[in-house]
Amino acid sequence: MDLSALDPVKLALSLIIAATPLLFAALGELITEKSGVLNLGVEGMMIVGAIGGFATGLNTGSLALGVAAAAAAGMALAALFALMTQYLMSNQVATGLALTLFGLGVAALAGQDYAGKTLDVGGKLDIPGLTDLPVIGPLLFGHDALVYLSLLMAVAVWRFLTRSRAGLVLRAVGENHDAAHAIGYPVRLVRVGAILFGGAMAGIGGAYLALVQTPLWVEGMTAGRGWIALAIVVFAAWRPWRALLGAYLFGGVTIVQLNLQALGVAIQSQYLSMAPYLVTIIVLAIISADRARARLDAPACLGRPFHAAS
Amino acid sequence: MTFWRKALGAAAGAALAALGVAAQAQEPLKIGFVYVGPTGDFGWTHEHDLARQAVEKHFGDKVETTFVENVAEGPDAERVIRQMAQSGQKLIFTTSFGFMNPTLKVAKQFPDVKFEHATGFKRDVNVSTYSARFYEGRHVIGLIAGKMTKSNVIGYIASFPIPEVVRGINSAYLAAKSVNPNVQFRVVWVNTWFDPGKEADAAKALIEQGADVIMQHTDSAAPITIAEEKGVLAFGQASDMTKFGPKAHLTAIMDNWAPYYIARTQAVLDGTWESKDTWDGIAPGMVAFAPYNPALPKEVVALAEYARLGISLGKIHPFTGPINKQDGTPWLAAGETAPDGDLLGMNFYVEGIEGVLPK
Repeated sequence: MDLSALDPVKLALSLIIAATPLLFAALGELITEKSGVLNLGVEGMMIVGAIGGFATGLNTGSLALGVAAAAAAGMALAALFALMTQYLMSNQVATGLALTLFGLGVAALAGQDYAGKTLDVGGKLDIPGLTDLPVIGPLLFGHDALVYLSLLMAVAVWRFLTRSRAGLVLRAVGENHDAAHAIGYPVRLVRVGAILFGGAMAGIGGAYLALVQTPLWVEGMTAGRGWIALAIVVFAAWRPWRALLGAYLFGGVTIVQLNLQALGVAIQSQYLSMAPYLVTIIVLAIISADRARARLDAPACLGRPFHAAS
Repeated sequence: MTFWRKALGAAAGAALAALGVAAQAQEPLKIGFVYVGPTGDFGWTHEHDLARQAVEKHFGDKVETTFVENVAEGPDAERVIRQMAQSGQKLIFTTSFGFMNPTLKVAKQFPDVKFEHATGFKRDVNVSTYSARFYEGRHVIGLIAGKMTKSNVIGYIASFPIPEVVRGINSAYLAAKSVNPNVQFRVVWVNTWFDPGKEADAAKALIEQGADVIMQHTDSAAPITIAEEKGVLAFGQASDMTKFGPKAHLTAIMDNWAPYYIARTQAVLDGTWESKDTWDGIAPGMVAFAPYNPALPKEVVALAEYARLGISLGKIHPFTGPINKQDGTPWLAAGETAPDGDLLGMNFYVEGIEGVLPK
């Protein structure tokens, strides 16, 4: 067996593709949770995004329209969650779980006519001269538009949370909704906005899976990625950079273990299959290990219902 | 008048009785199907549902079929199967390995209902089992792969290390090796039956490691779309997946349950149904092939067809000795063919395959 057969550039390209759906969904959920809302419906929002994006991409041939439709589909489902939890005061955990089941069902129904179709809209960036550069060419200039968008969103989310007034308000709402309400911030409105943003991002993540990574539509195709995104948010201690690290670690170790197997490495494949989960959890747990800091990171009002009257 | 009244009454009674008999004769046989996945999965469940439709078409109004899709393996399955038996289904097909125990449990409570369980090994007086010898199909596509590879590296996306999957890898490898002594197999275990994203990643990994022909024992068409994108070759799984990669898709091993379902329905109608175990292959048509890609060279098609015919006539057995196990210990002597017992419990790679078989 020859480890030099692992081409780091090709590995990196594959890992970015594997990580991007997770990154989108995790960033969206991060904002939702920072506002104090726990939405366990990420998987459901991802899959309606996948079918919404795929159907639109297939009918229009446009990646941009597909992504917009995916964001809208994810948001539509998120709006349902917002209505239930913020206005009808339903339990967030139960509603989130129901949202996942509902999303999977709705997507299956909507996708009946699209099963067994395939499309090609994932145009990669290709700048003559730059993309052809060795190593940094494909790494910096050789991706599809959504990869750049996901990285841009990571920066945007970080800047929003730490460098903007609106981000401060969102965090205040997540930390102590009664205090935020007393100062006069529209707690409910902020949370609805955060939930909708989370839905749009999850939808785009699902669309990436259906439009670029596979590219096809088939029922249940998210196969648990929503849950991994949720876990990444927690282990990343609600910080955008760590979420980025977590998504790339998970994608990276997945790709490396598949490549090691393809090389015929003499390790039982169960250990290799475990690796992405173990490595991601261990690394994120270690960098988030400072308990005092971790408590500061977790939104204090996460998952707690807000009654304006109380 | 009493006479006439009596006569009329008797006639009417006879007519009614006759009608009753006729009604009974025309009462359709109700057949239930329990599916583990959605009928639109373009794989395993899709093929079972096509067979159900074939039964309806073949028997017309003599039968009435119903199905429940997306039934989880476990307690839920028992509820669905019992519901079917209670609502008058007289023949019930349960089409996933995990439905085995629930099927047997319900069968005990409904002795007059016939049950057919796919891929299981436990039977009862009113429970039959059936499965297909997919490894015969793997032999044929193994030959094609051995001939078509230029890099001599064939990638194999495997799901779980159960005998069914291991048998397929061994069968395909032996066939490929027989026509191309330099061939190498690279097996990637993805530990899932269905995860399009991961299957796509596995296909990419195999292609990056030099594979130019991809085989899969997982259920989605994602590896085909990746093969098409990267310009390599691939084989469909369970259904014809040509539309996912018209250039890449060479052929597919297809499950064709229709002849079996029709035969078993006929047996119930005739009253000749009895419990048995069926493990059929290419010969009765349970294992079939999607149309060959027109780009396949004539001599490769001829080779594949020769093997297909040879297997269906019983002249060729995919596991014919001499074959050693991976560690070099002898398994089959020259000319010996593998007994079914060895095949059903296969838990080793044959000699020449690299990598460790997960235990």
